[in-house]
Amino acid sequence: MLEVDGIDVFYGDAQALDGVSITIEPGAIVAIVGANGAGKTSLIRTIAGMQKPAGGHIRYKGTEIAGWPTYKVCDLGIGQVAEGRQIFPSMTVTENLETGAMLPRARAGKAHNLDHVYQMFPRLAERRTQDAGTLSGGEQQMLAIGRCLMGSPELIMFDEPSLGLAPALVHDVLQAIVDLNREGITCVLVEQNVAVSLKLARHAYVLENGRVTLSGSGEALLSDDRVRQAYLGL
Amino acid sequence: MIARLTDGLPPRALALLAAFAAVMAAAPFFASDYVLSVLIISLYFAFVGQAWNLMLGFAGQLSLGHALFVGIGAYTSAALFTHFGVSPWVGVVAAVALSTLMGCVIGYLGFRFSIRGVYFALLTIAFAEFTGIMVDNNAWLGGSAGLFLPVKNAGSIDLLNLRGPPVLFYYMILILTGAALLLCRLLLNSKLGLYWQAIRDDQEAAEAAGVPLFRYKMIAVAISSALTGVAGVWYAFYYNNLFPESTFATGRSIELILGTVVGGVGTLFGPILGALILTPLGELLTELTSGLQIDGIKTFFWGFCVVAIVLFRPSGVWPWLAGLLKLDRSTGGDGR
Repeated sequence: MLEVDGIDVFYGDAQALDGVSITIEPGAIVAIVGANGAGKTSLIRTIAGMQKPAGGHIRYKGTEIAGWPTYKVCDLGIGQVAEGRQIFPSMTVTENLETGAMLPRARAGKAHNLDHVYQMFPRLAERRTQDAGTLSGGEQQMLAIGRCLMGSPELIMFDEPSLGLAPALVHDVLQAIVDLNREGITCVLVEQNVAVSLKLARHAYVLENGRVTLSGSGEALLSDDRVRQAYLGL
Repeated sequence: MIARLTDGLPPRALALLAAFAAVMAAAPFFASDYVLSVLIISLYFAFVGQAWNLMLGFAGQLSLGHALFVGIGAYTSAALFTHFGVSPWVGVVAAVALSTLMGCVIGYLGFRFSIRGVYFALLTIAFAEFTGIMVDNNAWLGGSAGLFLPVKNAGSIDLLNLRGPPVLFYYMILILTGAALLLCRLLLNSKLGLYWQAIRDDQEAAEAAGVPLFRYKMIAVAISSALTGVAGVWYAFYYNNLFPESTFATGRSIELILGTVVGGVGTLFGPILGALILTPLGELLTELTSGLQIDGIKTFFWGFCVVAIVLFRPSGVWPWLAGLLKLDRSTGGDGR
Protein backbone atom coordinates (compact mmCIF):
# COMPACT_ATOMS: atom_id res chain seq x y z
CA MET A 1 0.00 0.00 0.00
CA LEU A 2 2.70 2.40 1.11
CA GLU A 3 6.28 1.84 0.18
CA VAL A 4 9.09 3.98 1.51
CA ASP A 5 12.24 3.24 -0.43
CA GLY A 6 15.60 4.49 0.76
CA ILE A 7 14.72 8.01 1.82
CA ASP A 8 17.28 10.47 3.13
CA VAL A 9 16.25 13.50 5.14
CA PHE A 10 18.49 16.31 6.31
CA TYR A 11 17.94 19.21 8.70
CA GLY A 12 20.70 21.49 7.53
CA ASP A 13 23.83 19.36 7.93
CA ALA A 14 22.31 16.86 10.32
CA GLN A 15 20.99 13.71 8.75
CA ALA A 16 17.71 12.60 10.31
CA LEU A 17 16.95 9.66 8.04
CA ASP A 18 19.54 7.59 6.21
CA GLY A 19 18.20 5.30 3.50
CA VAL A 20 15.09 4.30 5.39
CA SER A 21 12.87 1.73 3.69
CA ILE A 22 9.62 0.41 5.08
CA THR A 23 6.63 -1.33 3.55
CA ILE A 24 3.11 -1.03 4.85
CA GLU A 25 0.61 -3.69 3.85
CA PRO A 26 -3.05 -2.72 3.52
CA GLY A 27 -5.08 -3.38 6.67
CA ALA A 28 -2.05 -3.76 8.95
CA ILE A 29 -0.95 -2.00 12.09
CA VAL A 30 2.72 -1.22 11.64
CA ALA A 31 4.75 -0.08 14.63
CA ILE A 32 7.81 2.15 14.39
CA VAL A 33 10.00 1.80 17.45
CA GLY A 34 13.07 3.76 18.44
CA ALA A 35 14.66 6.07 20.96
CA ASN A 36 14.15 9.82 21.04
CA GLY A 37 15.78 11.40 18.03
CA ALA A 38 15.95 8.12 16.11
CA GLY A 39 13.92 9.65 13.27
CA LYS A 40 10.40 8.35 13.91
CA THR A 41 8.71 11.74 13.67
CA SER A 42 10.89 12.70 10.70
CA LEU A 43 9.72 9.57 8.91
CA ILE A 44 6.05 10.41 9.47
CA ARG A 45 6.53 14.04 8.51
CA THR A 46 8.34 13.02 5.34
CA ILE A 47 5.60 10.61 4.28
CA ALA A 48 3.03 13.33 5.04
CA GLY A 49 4.85 15.82 2.85
CA MET A 50 5.78 18.19 5.66
CA GLN A 51 9.45 17.44 5.17
CA LYS A 52 11.08 17.03 1.76
CA PRO A 53 13.36 14.03 1.38
CA ALA A 54 16.77 14.65 -0.19
CA GLY A 55 16.60 11.28 -1.90
CA GLY A 56 14.61 8.08 -2.20
CA HIS A 57 11.06 7.22 -3.17
CA ILE A 58 7.70 7.13 -1.46
CA ARG A 59 5.03 5.24 -3.35
CA TYR A 60 1.40 5.06 -2.36
CA LYS A 61 -0.57 2.47 -4.33
CA GLY A 62 2.04 2.79 -7.01
CA THR A 63 2.01 6.62 -7.21
CA GLU A 64 5.24 8.42 -6.43
CA ILE A 65 4.39 10.98 -3.73
CA ALA A 66 7.82 12.03 -2.43
CA GLY A 67 7.90 15.82 -2.27
CA TRP A 68 4.16 16.29 -2.67
CA PRO A 69 2.58 19.04 -0.58
CA THR A 70 0.78 17.83 2.53
CA TYR A 71 -2.74 18.72 1.40
CA LYS A 72 -2.34 16.55 -1.70
CA VAL A 73 -1.01 13.65 0.35
CA CYS A 74 -3.99 14.04 2.72
CA ASP A 75 -6.34 14.01 -0.24
CA LEU A 76 -4.93 10.64 -1.33
CA GLY A 77 -6.19 9.21 1.95
CA ILE A 78 -3.05 9.40 4.10
CA GLY A 79 -4.00 11.06 7.36
CA GLN A 80 -1.90 11.76 10.41
CA VAL A 81 -2.47 12.38 14.07
CA ALA A 82 0.56 14.45 14.92
CA GLU A 83 2.44 14.46 18.17
CA GLY A 84 1.19 16.70 20.96
CA ARG A 85 -2.57 16.86 20.32
CA GLN A 86 -2.50 19.52 17.68
CA ILE A 87 -6.03 20.88 17.83
CA PHE A 88 -7.27 24.39 17.10
CA PRO A 89 -7.92 25.75 20.60
CA SER A 90 -10.07 28.78 19.74
CA MET A 91 -12.40 26.85 17.45
CA THR A 92 -15.29 24.72 18.64
CA VAL A 93 -15.17 20.93 18.60
CA THR A 94 -17.45 20.85 15.55
CA GLU A 95 -15.38 23.47 13.72
CA ASN A 96 -12.23 21.47 14.44
CA LEU A 97 -13.85 18.40 12.93
CA GLU A 98 -15.18 20.32 9.93
CA THR A 99 -11.67 21.55 9.16
CA GLY A 100 -10.68 17.94 8.58
CA ALA A 101 -13.57 17.40 6.17
CA MET A 102 -12.66 20.09 3.64
CA LEU A 103 -10.48 17.80 1.53
CA PRO A 104 -12.04 17.11 -1.86
CA ARG A 105 -12.12 13.37 -1.10
CA ALA A 106 -14.01 13.90 2.16
CA ARG A 107 -16.66 16.48 1.29
CA ALA A 108 -19.33 14.02 0.22
CA GLY A 109 -18.96 11.88 3.32
CA LYS A 110 -18.89 14.79 5.79
CA ALA A 111 -22.25 14.18 7.52
CA HIS A 112 -21.63 10.46 7.74
CA ASN A 113 -18.11 10.90 9.09
CA LEU A 114 -19.29 13.42 11.67
CA ASP A 115 -21.90 10.97 12.97
CA HIS A 116 -19.30 8.26 13.05
CA VAL A 117 -16.82 10.36 15.03
CA TYR A 118 -19.46 11.43 17.55
CA GLN A 119 -20.54 7.81 17.91
CA MET A 120 -17.01 6.70 18.48
CA PHE A 121 -16.22 9.52 20.93
CA PRO A 122 -19.48 10.45 22.74
CA ARG A 123 -17.51 12.90 24.91
CA LEU A 124 -16.86 15.01 21.84
CA ALA A 125 -20.56 14.99 20.95
CA GLU A 126 -21.38 16.31 24.42
CA ARG A 127 -18.90 19.14 23.95
CA ARG A 128 -19.53 19.96 20.30
CA THR A 129 -20.08 23.71 20.80
CA GLN A 130 -17.27 24.08 23.33
CA ASP A 131 -13.94 25.67 22.38
CA ALA A 132 -11.43 22.88 21.81
CA GLY A 133 -8.91 24.61 24.07
CA THR A 134 -11.15 23.91 27.06
CA LEU A 135 -11.09 20.14 26.54
CA SER A 136 -9.03 17.79 28.71
CA GLY A 137 -5.87 16.22 27.30
CA GLY A 138 -7.62 12.95 26.52
CA GLU A 139 -10.53 14.70 24.84
CA GLN A 140 -8.12 16.74 22.74
CA GLN A 141 -6.41 13.58 21.57
CA MET A 142 -9.79 12.11 20.63
CA LEU A 143 -10.56 15.33 18.77
CA ALA A 144 -7.27 15.08 16.88
CA ILE A 145 -8.11 11.51 15.89
CA GLY A 146 -11.66 12.54 15.02
CA ARG A 147 -10.46 15.39 12.82
CA CYS A 148 -8.22 12.97 10.97
CA LEU A 149 -11.16 10.59 10.42
CA MET A 150 -13.21 13.45 8.94
CA GLY A 151 -10.84 13.29 5.96
CA SER A 152 -11.93 9.70 5.13
CA PRO A 153 -8.37 8.33 5.40
CA GLU A 154 -7.33 4.85 4.29
CA LEU A 155 -4.08 5.07 6.24
CA ILE A 156 -3.48 6.94 9.49
CA MET A 157 -0.07 7.67 10.98
CA PHE A 158 -0.20 8.11 14.76
CA ASP A 159 2.73 9.92 16.34
CA GLU A 160 2.90 9.23 20.09
CA PRO A 161 -0.88 9.22 20.52
CA SER A 162 -0.73 8.31 24.21
CA LEU A 163 1.99 10.76 25.21
CA GLY A 164 1.16 12.58 28.43
CA LEU A 165 -2.20 10.87 28.95
CA ALA A 166 -3.45 9.23 32.14
CA PRO A 167 -3.11 5.41 32.05
CA ALA A 168 -6.86 4.85 31.68
CA LEU A 169 -6.94 7.19 28.69
CA VAL A 170 -3.90 5.52 27.13
CA HIS A 171 -5.96 2.36 27.00
CA ASP A 172 -8.92 4.21 25.41
CA VAL A 173 -6.77 5.77 22.73
CA LEU A 174 -5.03 2.51 21.84
CA GLN A 175 -8.41 0.74 21.80
CA ALA A 176 -9.68 3.37 19.39
CA ILE A 177 -6.74 2.63 17.09
CA VAL A 178 -7.47 -1.10 17.21
CA ASP A 179 -11.15 -0.41 16.45
CA LEU A 180 -10.27 1.77 13.48
CA ASN A 181 -7.96 -0.92 12.18
CA ARG A 182 -10.80 -3.44 12.43
CA GLU A 183 -12.88 -1.12 10.28
CA GLY A 184 -10.23 -1.48 7.62
CA ILE A 185 -8.01 1.55 8.21
CA THR A 186 -4.31 0.83 7.90
CA CYS A 187 -2.38 2.23 10.87
CA VAL A 188 1.21 3.33 11.38
CA LEU A 189 1.90 3.61 15.07
CA VAL A 190 4.78 5.43 16.71
CA GLU A 191 4.46 4.77 20.42
CA GLN A 192 6.65 5.30 23.45
CA ASN A 193 4.92 2.31 24.96
CA VAL A 194 6.98 -0.21 23.01
CA ALA A 195 5.61 -3.37 24.59
CA VAL A 196 2.00 -2.48 23.81
CA SER A 197 2.67 -1.23 20.31
CA LEU A 198 4.59 -4.39 19.41
CA LYS A 199 1.72 -6.49 20.73
CA LEU A 200 -0.74 -4.62 18.53
CA ALA A 201 1.44 -4.53 15.45
CA ARG A 202 1.47 -7.05 12.65
CA HIS A 203 4.83 -5.75 11.56
CA ALA A 204 7.36 -3.47 13.22
CA TYR A 205 10.50 -1.54 12.42
CA VAL A 206 13.23 -0.42 14.80
CA LEU A 207 14.85 2.91 13.96
CA GLU A 208 18.26 3.84 15.33
CA ASN A 209 20.06 7.04 14.41
CA GLY A 210 18.02 7.45 11.26
CA ARG A 211 18.44 3.88 10.03
CA VAL A 212 16.22 0.82 10.14
CA THR A 213 18.23 -1.66 12.21
CA LEU A 214 15.64 -4.36 12.77
CA SER A 215 12.32 -5.36 11.36
CA GLY A 216 9.93 -8.25 11.66
CA SER A 217 6.59 -9.23 13.06
CA GLY A 218 5.56 -7.60 16.33
CA GLU A 219 5.82 -10.92 18.13
CA ALA A 220 9.27 -11.67 16.78
CA LEU A 221 10.59 -8.30 17.91
CA LEU A 222 8.98 -8.69 21.33
CA SER A 223 11.08 -11.77 21.90
CA ASP A 224 14.22 -10.34 20.32
CA ASP A 225 16.94 -9.91 22.92
CA ARG A 226 18.20 -6.60 21.58
CA VAL A 227 14.72 -5.10 21.62
CA ARG A 228 14.03 -6.47 25.07
CA GLN A 229 17.21 -4.94 26.39
CA ALA A 230 17.08 -1.58 24.68
CA TYR A 231 13.36 -0.77 24.74
CA LEU A 232 11.68 -3.00 27.26
CA GLY A 233 14.33 -2.86 29.96
CA LEU A 234 14.27 -6.61 30.43
CA MET B 1 -26.85 34.07 1.93
CA ILE B 2 -28.98 36.11 4.34
CA ALA B 3 -29.40 32.97 6.41
CA ARG B 4 -25.66 32.49 6.51
CA LEU B 5 -25.21 36.06 7.70
CA THR B 6 -27.67 35.83 10.55
CA ASP B 7 -27.24 32.18 11.45
CA GLY B 8 -26.32 31.78 15.10
CA LEU B 9 -26.84 35.43 15.99
CA PRO B 10 -29.30 35.99 18.81
CA PRO B 11 -32.21 38.32 17.93
CA ARG B 12 -30.97 40.90 20.42
CA ALA B 13 -27.66 41.11 18.60
CA LEU B 14 -29.46 41.78 15.32
CA ALA B 15 -31.69 44.37 17.02
CA LEU B 16 -28.70 46.14 18.56
CA LEU B 17 -26.87 46.09 15.25
CA ALA B 18 -29.90 47.53 13.44
CA ALA B 19 -30.25 50.27 16.07
CA PHE B 20 -26.56 51.08 15.78
CA ALA B 21 -26.79 51.23 11.98
CA ALA B 22 -29.85 53.50 12.22
CA VAL B 23 -28.08 55.91 14.60
CA MET B 24 -25.04 56.02 12.35
CA ALA B 25 -27.18 56.58 9.26
CA ALA B 26 -29.05 59.44 10.96
CA ALA B 27 -25.95 61.02 12.51
CA PRO B 28 -25.41 63.74 9.84
CA PHE B 29 -28.89 65.13 10.63
CA PHE B 30 -28.14 65.93 14.25
CA ALA B 31 -24.36 65.92 14.56
CA SER B 32 -22.35 69.12 14.28
CA ASP B 33 -19.74 69.46 11.55
CA TYR B 34 -17.02 68.77 14.08
CA VAL B 35 -18.67 65.63 15.47
CA LEU B 36 -19.31 64.46 11.93
CA SER B 37 -15.63 64.89 11.02
CA VAL B 38 -14.64 62.83 14.06
CA LEU B 39 -17.14 60.14 13.06
CA ILE B 40 -15.73 60.13 9.54
CA ILE B 41 -12.20 59.50 10.79
CA SER B 42 -13.47 56.88 13.23
CA LEU B 43 -15.25 54.98 10.46
CA TYR B 44 -12.18 55.20 8.26
CA PHE B 45 -10.13 53.54 11.00
CA ALA B 46 -12.92 51.02 11.55
CA PHE B 47 -12.88 50.06 7.88
CA VAL B 48 -9.11 49.78 7.56
CA GLY B 49 -8.99 48.02 10.93
CA GLN B 50 -11.46 45.46 9.64
CA ALA B 51 -9.30 44.85 6.57
CA TRP B 52 -6.17 44.49 8.69
CA ASN B 53 -7.97 42.27 11.20
CA LEU B 54 -8.83 39.87 8.40
CA MET B 55 -5.12 39.16 8.05
CA LEU B 56 -4.05 38.99 11.69
CA GLY B 57 -7.28 38.28 13.53
CA PHE B 58 -8.60 35.66 11.13
CA ALA B 59 -5.57 34.21 9.38
CA GLY B 60 -2.86 34.94 11.96
CA GLN B 61 -0.54 36.95 9.70
CA LEU B 62 0.79 40.12 11.30
CA SER B 63 1.20 43.13 9.03
CA LEU B 64 2.73 46.32 10.41
CA GLY B 65 2.83 47.99 7.02
CA HIS B 66 -0.81 48.39 6.09
CA ALA B 67 -0.31 52.09 5.41
CA LEU B 68 1.40 50.80 2.25
CA PHE B 69 -1.91 49.60 0.78
CA VAL B 70 -3.69 52.80 1.80
CA GLY B 71 -0.90 54.74 0.11
CA ILE B 72 -0.94 52.71 -3.09
CA GLY B 73 -4.72 53.02 -3.34
CA ALA B 74 -4.60 56.73 -2.59
CA TYR B 75 -1.74 57.64 -4.91
CA THR B 76 -2.98 55.48 -7.79
CA SER B 77 -6.47 56.96 -7.87
CA ALA B 78 -5.28 60.50 -7.10
CA ALA B 79 -2.61 60.46 -9.82
CA LEU B 80 -5.05 59.10 -12.40
CA PHE B 81 -7.54 61.78 -11.43
CA THR B 82 -5.20 64.78 -11.36
CA HIS B 83 -3.16 63.86 -14.44
CA PHE B 84 -5.77 62.26 -16.70
CA GLY B 85 -9.09 63.21 -15.15
CA VAL B 86 -9.93 59.55 -14.59
CA SER B 87 -13.00 59.19 -12.38
CA PRO B 88 -12.27 57.59 -8.99
CA TRP B 89 -14.88 54.96 -9.82
CA VAL B 90 -12.54 53.78 -12.55
CA GLY B 91 -9.43 54.67 -10.57
CA VAL B 92 -10.51 52.40 -7.74
CA VAL B 93 -10.18 49.40 -10.05
CA ALA B 94 -6.57 50.27 -10.82
CA ALA B 95 -5.94 51.15 -7.17
CA VAL B 96 -7.27 47.84 -5.92
CA ALA B 97 -5.40 45.93 -8.61
CA LEU B 98 -2.11 47.58 -7.65
CA SER B 99 -2.50 47.25 -3.89
CA THR B 100 -3.58 43.62 -4.25
CA LEU B 101 -0.60 42.96 -6.48
CA MET B 102 1.69 44.51 -3.87
CA GLY B 103 0.01 42.43 -1.16
CA CYS B 104 0.56 39.29 -3.22
CA VAL B 105 4.23 40.11 -3.80
CA ILE B 106 4.80 40.53 -0.06
CA GLY B 107 2.74 37.44 0.68
CA TYR B 108 4.62 35.39 -1.90
CA LEU B 109 8.01 36.40 -0.54
CA GLY B 110 6.93 35.82 3.04
CA PHE B 111 5.04 32.58 2.68
CA ARG B 112 7.12 30.91 -0.01
CA PHE B 113 10.27 31.40 1.99
CA SER B 114 8.62 30.64 5.33
CA ILE B 115 9.17 34.07 6.83
CA ARG B 116 6.91 33.99 9.84
CA GLY B 117 5.58 36.14 12.65
CA VAL B 118 7.73 39.10 13.55
CA TYR B 119 9.94 38.62 10.49
CA PHE B 120 6.93 38.75 8.22
CA ALA B 121 5.83 41.94 9.99
CA LEU B 122 9.29 43.41 9.34
CA LEU B 123 8.92 42.55 5.67
CA THR B 124 5.65 44.49 5.51
CA ILE B 125 7.30 47.47 7.23
CA ALA B 126 10.19 47.35 4.78
CA PHE B 127 7.89 47.42 1.76
CA ALA B 128 5.90 50.34 3.18
CA GLU B 129 9.05 52.31 3.93
CA PHE B 130 10.73 51.84 0.59
CA THR B 131 7.54 52.51 -1.35
CA GLY B 132 7.28 55.74 0.65
CA ILE B 133 10.83 56.66 -0.35
CA MET B 134 10.10 55.88 -4.00
CA VAL B 135 7.04 58.10 -3.99
CA ASP B 136 9.01 60.76 -2.17
CA ASN B 137 11.40 60.90 -5.10
CA ASN B 138 8.85 60.67 -7.87
CA ALA B 139 7.98 64.04 -9.38
CA TRP B 140 4.94 62.69 -11.23
CA LEU B 141 3.43 61.72 -7.87
CA GLY B 142 4.28 65.11 -6.42
CA GLY B 143 7.35 63.95 -4.54
CA SER B 144 7.82 65.19 -1.03
CA ALA B 145 5.91 68.39 -1.90
CA GLY B 146 2.76 66.31 -2.02
CA LEU B 147 0.01 65.47 -4.48
CA PHE B 148 -3.04 67.72 -4.45
CA LEU B 149 -6.46 67.00 -5.86
CA PRO B 150 -8.25 69.91 -7.52
CA VAL B 151 -11.16 71.11 -5.40
CA LYS B 152 -14.00 72.18 -7.70
CA ASN B 153 -17.31 73.89 -6.92
CA ALA B 154 -17.13 73.42 -3.19
CA GLY B 155 -20.54 72.74 -1.74
CA SER B 156 -22.16 70.90 -4.62
CA ILE B 157 -21.98 67.15 -4.93
CA ASP B 158 -20.24 65.68 -7.98
CA LEU B 159 -20.71 61.97 -7.41
CA LEU B 160 -18.86 60.95 -10.56
CA ASN B 161 -15.65 62.64 -9.45
CA LEU B 162 -16.26 62.31 -5.71
CA ARG B 163 -16.17 66.03 -5.11
CA GLY B 164 -18.46 67.20 -2.36
CA PRO B 165 -19.04 68.07 1.28
CA PRO B 166 -17.98 65.83 4.19
CA VAL B 167 -21.43 64.28 4.46
CA LEU B 168 -20.86 62.56 1.10
CA PHE B 169 -17.68 60.98 2.45
CA TYR B 170 -19.43 60.12 5.68
CA TYR B 171 -22.01 58.01 3.91
CA MET B 172 -19.41 56.45 1.65
CA ILE B 173 -17.23 55.29 4.50
CA LEU B 174 -20.30 54.20 6.47
CA ILE B 175 -21.40 52.00 3.57
CA LEU B 176 -17.87 50.67 3.14
CA THR B 177 -17.59 49.84 6.84
CA GLY B 178 -20.96 48.11 6.82
CA ALA B 179 -20.08 46.17 3.68
CA ALA B 180 -16.73 45.11 5.15
CA LEU B 181 -18.48 43.87 8.28
CA LEU B 182 -20.89 41.77 6.22
CA LEU B 183 -18.11 40.50 3.97
CA CYS B 184 -15.96 39.46 6.94
CA ARG B 185 -18.89 37.71 8.58
CA LEU B 186 -19.55 35.78 5.37
CA LEU B 187 -15.90 34.89 4.93
CA LEU B 188 -15.49 33.83 8.54
CA ASN B 189 -18.41 31.45 8.26
CA SER B 190 -17.12 29.86 5.07
CA LYS B 191 -14.45 27.31 4.30
CA LEU B 192 -12.00 30.21 4.00
CA GLY B 193 -12.74 31.35 7.53
CA LEU B 194 -12.41 27.84 8.91
CA TYR B 195 -9.04 27.36 7.24
CA TRP B 196 -7.82 30.81 8.26
CA GLN B 197 -8.65 30.22 11.90
CA ALA B 198 -6.99 26.83 11.76
CA ILE B 199 -3.81 28.46 10.41
CA ARG B 200 -4.04 31.18 13.06
CA ASP B 201 -4.49 28.68 15.90
CA ASP B 202 -1.75 26.27 14.89
CA GLN B 203 -0.07 26.41 11.51
CA GLU B 204 1.62 23.01 11.85
CA ALA B 205 -1.63 21.32 12.84
CA ALA B 206 -3.42 23.03 9.98
CA GLU B 207 -0.85 21.74 7.52
CA ALA B 208 -1.13 18.23 8.96
CA ALA B 209 -4.93 18.42 8.61
CA GLY B 210 -4.58 19.11 4.90
CA VAL B 211 -4.92 22.89 4.76
CA PRO B 212 -3.02 24.30 1.74
CA LEU B 213 -1.19 26.91 3.84
CA PHE B 214 0.32 28.97 1.06
CA ARG B 215 -2.87 29.34 -0.92
CA TYR B 216 -5.04 30.35 2.03
CA LYS B 217 -2.54 32.78 3.48
CA MET B 218 -2.21 34.38 0.04
CA ILE B 219 -5.99 34.75 -0.21
CA ALA B 220 -6.04 36.49 3.18
CA VAL B 221 -3.33 38.95 2.16
CA ALA B 222 -5.00 39.57 -1.20
CA ILE B 223 -8.42 40.36 0.27
CA SER B 224 -6.93 42.45 3.06
CA SER B 225 -4.75 44.52 0.74
CA ALA B 226 -7.59 44.95 -1.77
CA LEU B 227 -9.94 46.31 0.91
CA THR B 228 -7.23 48.58 2.26
CA GLY B 229 -6.61 49.85 -1.27
CA VAL B 230 -10.27 50.87 -1.47
CA ALA B 231 -9.81 52.77 1.79
CA GLY B 232 -6.87 54.54 0.19
CA VAL B 233 -9.02 55.84 -2.67
CA TRP B 234 -11.55 57.18 -0.20
CA TYR B 235 -8.72 58.72 1.85
CA ALA B 236 -7.25 60.56 -1.16
CA PHE B 237 -10.57 62.06 -2.22
CA TYR B 238 -11.58 63.00 1.30
CA TYR B 239 -8.34 64.73 2.26
CA ASN B 240 -7.47 66.04 -1.23
CA ASN B 241 -3.78 66.03 -0.42
CA LEU B 242 -1.22 63.28 -0.06
CA PHE B 243 2.27 63.40 1.38
CA PRO B 244 4.52 60.35 1.16
CA GLU B 245 5.97 60.91 4.59
CA SER B 246 2.64 60.93 6.38
CA THR B 247 1.00 58.33 4.14
CA PHE B 248 3.50 55.47 4.21
CA ALA B 249 5.15 56.01 7.60
CA THR B 250 5.21 53.06 10.00
CA GLY B 251 3.51 55.30 12.54
CA ARG B 252 0.57 55.43 10.16
CA SER B 253 0.43 51.67 9.97
CA ILE B 254 0.41 51.47 13.76
CA GLU B 255 -2.34 54.09 13.95
CA LEU B 256 -4.47 52.01 11.57
CA ILE B 257 -4.37 48.96 13.80
CA LEU B 258 -4.68 50.50 17.26
CA GLY B 259 -8.47 50.66 17.16
CA THR B 260 -8.68 46.99 16.33
CA VAL B 261 -6.20 46.06 19.05
CA VAL B 262 -8.32 47.97 21.57
CA GLY B 263 -11.62 46.66 20.19
CA GLY B 264 -10.51 43.06 19.92
CA VAL B 265 -8.29 41.34 17.37
CA GLY B 266 -10.04 38.47 15.65
CA THR B 267 -13.53 39.74 16.45
CA LEU B 268 -15.94 41.06 13.84
CA PHE B 269 -17.17 44.09 15.75
CA GLY B 270 -13.91 44.88 17.54
CA PRO B 271 -12.45 47.08 14.77
CA ILE B 272 -15.60 49.21 14.67
CA LEU B 273 -15.94 49.53 18.43
CA GLY B 274 -12.24 50.19 18.92
CA ALA B 275 -12.15 52.93 16.28
CA LEU B 276 -15.25 54.54 17.75
CA ILE B 277 -13.64 54.55 21.20
CA LEU B 278 -10.10 55.53 20.34
CA THR B 279 -10.54 58.21 17.67
CA PRO B 280 -13.05 60.38 19.55
CA LEU B 281 -11.04 60.04 22.77
CA GLY B 282 -7.89 61.09 20.94
CA GLU B 283 -9.67 64.06 19.40
CA LEU B 284 -11.19 65.03 22.71
CA LEU B 285 -7.81 64.97 24.37
CA THR B 286 -6.27 67.10 21.63
CA GLU B 287 -9.15 69.53 22.10
CA LEU B 288 -8.82 69.66 25.87
CA THR B 289 -5.09 70.20 25.80
CA SER B 290 -5.03 72.53 22.79
CA GLY B 291 -4.24 75.47 25.09
CA LEU B 292 -1.25 73.67 26.54
CA GLN B 293 0.44 73.04 23.19
CA ILE B 294 1.74 69.59 24.12
CA ASP B 295 3.24 67.95 21.06
CA GLY B 296 2.36 64.33 20.52
CA ILE B 297 -0.22 64.16 23.30
CA LYS B 298 -2.53 62.07 21.13
CA THR B 299 0.20 59.51 20.43
CA PHE B 300 1.06 59.40 24.09
CA PHE B 301 -2.58 58.85 24.97
CA TRP B 302 -2.93 56.07 22.40
CA GLY B 303 0.13 54.38 23.81
CA PHE B 304 -1.43 54.62 27.24
CA CYS B 305 -4.67 53.06 25.93
CA VAL B 306 -2.85 50.13 24.39
CA VAL B 307 -0.94 49.45 27.59
CA ALA B 308 -4.18 49.62 29.57
CA ILE B 309 -5.90 47.24 27.16
CA VAL B 310 -3.03 44.78 27.17
CA LEU B 311 -3.04 44.84 30.98
CA PHE B 312 -6.75 44.69 31.69
CA ARG B 313 -8.57 43.38 28.62
CA PRO B 314 -5.93 41.54 26.57
CA SER B 315 -8.51 40.14 24.16
CA GLY B 316 -10.01 43.59 23.59
CA VAL B 317 -13.04 45.57 24.69
CA TRP B 318 -15.55 43.90 22.40
CA PRO B 319 -15.43 40.33 23.81
CA TRP B 320 -15.97 41.84 27.25
CA LEU B 321 -18.79 44.11 26.11
CA ALA B 322 -20.39 41.27 24.14
CA GLY B 323 -20.35 39.26 27.34
CA LEU B 324 -22.01 42.11 29.26
CA LEU B 325 -24.67 42.43 26.57
CA LYS B 326 -25.04 38.65 26.57
CA LEU B 327 -24.12 38.40 22.90
CA ASP B 328 -21.25 35.96 23.27
CA ARG B 329 -21.21 32.41 22.12
CA SER B 330 -21.75 30.77 25.49
CA THR B 331 -25.23 32.31 25.58
CA GLY B 332 -26.10 30.94 22.18
CA GLY B 333 -24.99 33.81 19.99
CA ASP B 334 -21.77 34.55 18.22
CA GLY B 335 -20.10 37.59 19.68
CA ARG B 336 -17.24 37.41 17.25
